[in-house]
Amino acid sequence: MLRQIGKRLATAIPSLIGVIIVTFLLTRVLPGDPAAYFAGPAATPQAIEDIRKSLGLDKSLPEQFVRYLQDLGKGDFGTSLTTGQPVASDIATRLPASAELTLLGLIISMLIAVPLGIAAAVRQGSIIDHVCRIVATAGVSLPVFFTGLLLVYVFYFILGWSPAPLGRLDIFYSAPPHVTGFYLIDSLIAGQFETFRAALSQLILPAATLAIFSLAPITRMTRASMLAVLSSDFVRTARASGLSPRSVIMTYAFRNAMLPVITTLGMVFSFLLGANVLVEKVFAWPGIGSYAIEALIASDFASVQGFVLTMAIMYVLLNLMIDMLYGVIDPRVRLEG
Amino acid sequence: MNSRPDLDSAHIAATDAPAIAMAAAVPPATLSASAPPKQMSILAHARYVISENPVTGIAFGLFLLITICAIFGPWIAPYDPLASNTMSALQAPSAKHWFGTDQLGRDILSRVMVAARLDMAIAVFSVALVFALGGLSGTAAGFFGGWTDRVVGRIADTIMAFPLFVLAMGIVAALGNTVTNIVIATAIINYPLYARVARAEANVRRDAGFVQAARLSGNGEFRILLTQILPNIMPIMVVQMSLTMGYAILNAAGLSFIGLGVRPPTPEWGIMVAEGASFIVSGEWWIAFFPGAALMLAVFCFNLLGDGLRDIVDPQRRT
Repeated sequence: MLRQIGKRLATAIPSLIGVIIVTFLLTRVLPGDPAAYFAGPAATPQAIEDIRKSLGLDKSLPEQFVRYLQDLGKGDFGTSLTTGQPVASDIATRLPASAELTLLGLIISMLIAVPLGIAAAVRQGSIIDHVCRIVATAGVSLPVFFTGLLLVYVFYFILGWSPAPLGRLDIFYSAPPHVTGFYLIDSLIAGQFETFRAALSQLILPAATLAIFSLAPITRMTRASMLAVLSSDFVRTARASGLSPRSVIMTYAFRNAMLPVITTLGMVFSFLLGANVLVEKVFAWPGIGSYAIEALIASDFASVQGFVLTMAIMYVLLNLMIDMLYGVIDPRVRLEG
Repeated sequence: MNSRPDLDSAHIAATDAPAIAMAAAVPPATLSASAPPKQMSILAHARYVISENPVTGIAFGLFLLITICAIFGPWIAPYDPLASNTMSALQAPSAKHWFGTDQLGRDILSRVMVAARLDMAIAVFSVALVFALGGLSGTAAGFFGGWTDRVVGRIADTIMAFPLFVLAMGIVAALGNTVTNIVIATAIINYPLYARVARAEANVRRDAGFVQAARLSGNGEFRILLTQILPNIMPIMVVQMSLTMGYAILNAAGLSFIGLGVRPPTPEWGIMVAEGASFIVSGEWWIAFFPGAALMLAVFCFNLLGDGLRDIVDPQRRT
């Protein structure tokens, strides 16, 4: 088992190297003066020259790359122009907000999409199947920022059910003591149920926006793989042996149908991490997405680079986790190794 | 996004021109009186697909509407999209202003119509760019194999290692904040999709009968690639183009929504939604709603058209 994990870790290494090279190239080889980018739009020629020296941009490209790797190894992503703080600590403080949002969105989405996809496959051609098709087609056409704004209009302005879309917590509440950085979990640990309710009410709309966005691919994949499994020999045998439809679907078909769905999760995460940026802007969510947007507008390149690198590394690691999860669920993959 | 499941597609359909006609000649069992004749032109098959699936017809109508706005928008728009008039700011939709007016009193209907050109241009140019780059290099990878294949595969893998929208943000930030760079970034993040489809399609044909015939009659490998392989995988690549158009539009609008590329007061759907976003909380929904709806309809239309086109070109992959 350990060797399996080691092998899977090894497959992630080329991706990581690729990611690091690309983020390095994005800043160094492109037309224009990287020192001027890092210094920002308002820098004097002297300041740009200083930055060129301090970044080592007067050295050759391979030397610069080695230095870049050394900095990364020390966890040094440079200093943000907008906040004046090290980029790494900026990102570390904002990451839990984004992670909480993305994960809750994904959980909501799975809770709806998987049963919907199964129902559509089991009753092919029924109303549920048509609903499923509409969800899958409409879901991919909806711009995520547009969905978010529509939800704000309906649930905040018209119905008044949700609070103003301004961040993680209403200003009357203070953040729960930091344990995980997830307000929902931290407030429960501290026993502050009122804060939990407030944090949840802020979180629910942006999470729902992300859920609607990722509903389409998961539903589509669940339906397709469930259909494939239902027409397979072992399901026919199970049916012929007189097992109840319920146990055929839940025990035999469902478990096998989940395997391709888990593989799709990798692709879903790629979209979720991107959509997260747009949703954070709509809801003024203080995560790393809105941090990157502020940095982009201010031409604060070190922060943008740190953001792209963090997201890419997280994505590579998520894919790795999905791979390992797949190995745990499906013994065949383990045997083939 | 619609086309993501095709990503690792091992499914290879017979797509050479005669095969299309043959596949079309086998109608679904439900068809009785209106069964198509044995030999059928692509055009007749297209008409058959559209009449079978009215949704494709609707999508085609939408497509015409968007195209008309994109070409003639500035002339048929009822007002000047840039003319501000503070006297009539923030008016709800009415007979005079069908889509209402924004905070500067500009007519939103006119802005939505004129914006169609820029949004379409970004999507069309980026898709054309990736079609050329991804199509050619993918075909070469599939046909030649060896190191060409490894290089193309490695590039595609590296791009796929990023969350795609995040990579697009990084590229625009590095290249500079212009519309051209949005086109380039959108093309780059779509590259793996095109390269892989082209590679798979070229790979199964590298030793096909017509390729060997061409080889025997003394054609060079590069010439075979251009004159035999490329024309044969064209239909699949065109389907790929229309399937990714919607995604390209969404991506470009997303980038301009966060303030990259297009600058105000240029009318563009993404930036118009961003401008209207702050008015949603005070109830002026129309500023963000109409450009957002236009965006959604455009993407919806291209996704449906892509599906319809795939039914025409590649009936076996019909879902």
